[in-house]
Amino acid sequence: MTVKPYVRAVPRYTWFLAHSRYLRYITREVTCVFIGAYAFLMLVGLKRLAEGREAWEAFVQALASPASLVFHVAVLAFALYHTTSWFNVTPKAMPIQLGDGFVPGRVIVGAHYAIWIVLSLAVLILAGVF
Amino acid sequence: MSQRLVELEVLRFNPETDAEPTFQRYAVECPEEWVVLDALNHIKETVDPTLSYRWSCHMAVCGSCGMMINGEPKLSCKSFLRDYEGVIRVEPLAHFPIQRDLVTVIDDFVTKLKRVKPYLVAGEARPVEAGEYRQTPAQLKTYKQYTLCINCMLCYAACPEYGLEPKFIGPAAISLAHRYNLDSRDAGREARQQEIAATEGVWECSFVGACSEVCPEHVDPAGALQQVKIKSTLDWFREHLMPWRRT
Ligand code: FES
Repeated sequence: MTVKPYVRAVPRYTWFLAHSRYLRYITREVTCVFIGAYAFLMLVGLKRLAEGREAWEAFVQALASPASLVFHVAVLAFALYHTTSWFNVTPKAMPIQLGDGFVPGRVIVGAHYAIWIVLSLAVLILAGVF
Repeated sequence: MSQRLVELEVLRFNPETDAEPTFQRYAVECPEEWVVLDALNHIKETVDPTLSYRWSCHMAVCGSCGMMINGEPKLSCKSFLRDYEGVIRVEPLAHFPIQRDLVTVIDDFVTKLKRVKPYLVAGEARPVEAGEYRQTPAQLKTYKQYTLCINCMLCYAACPEYGLEPKFIGPAAISLAHRYNLDSRDAGREARQQEIAATEGVWECSFVGACSEVCPEHVDPAGALQQVKIKSTLDWFREHLMPWRRT
């Protein structure tokens, strides 16, 4: 080639603002920060529990503060978005072929939701909620 | 046929005279039934013969008329004017260098496509008398969807990972590798894995899913790439945890 083609640069740090589907993707990726933060909080709780009754009760009391409630609501929202956005793409990654056809995607997604509900109920029962 | 004054804003670049591309506005009377490619052809025939772009089949088969239409990767022969309001912005496919106007340099994709061996690799030579390679409808169904790729490269224009890391082999080439890997007649998976199970292969993909959203043939490249990831991971476990299964 004798003449130089023109290369359009992709903005390295702001590319995801270019399209709504990129924003949706970045939101899904960011949710893991909140999931991680909550897992860390659980670890702190476990440590407090190991430290004895007083430490545990102080921890539980701290959980009832307004800041903690705001944090929990935010984490719940992000965790729900995280879960649903990943569940909804499972048929792409794990198609199941039965003979000449594929199991409909909604069945695979549905199975994930069903297992999620069953496991959540099991945890709630173990925690003595019912 | 109802006519409408269609305004197109086309990104133009002449490598001999321009330092960078600029938009040029055209206004032409077009029937509502036309597609964007028809409008471009009309401009080229009646207003500006210097306008350059690729096309061939005009029926969403050859894959050569891909462009960014209002920022979205589209086949211009499949994009109806009636679906657009106001000025329609037409640019060359994103992430590819511009050769001239709407014509991009596609050598990178072609090279990558060759690297994944997008053809049947026979296992052992069979004499002609042995007859044809037979396949059941179920075996065909396993990979059929991935045969629909028309190499239009819209998925590369949609993929932010390819934009940021041009070494990424990318959605269409990996999907085609997957298509042959899934074919019961093929024995080339190991050779393809060298390319697609590498960092520049499937592990560059972070499952944005944009490729599948823009694919005009519903190939679902994003699905193919995730399946390759799972299979490659299973390969790794098999190799490291079950050494007796190594062949
Ligand atoms: S001209 Fe062939 S795909 Fe559009």
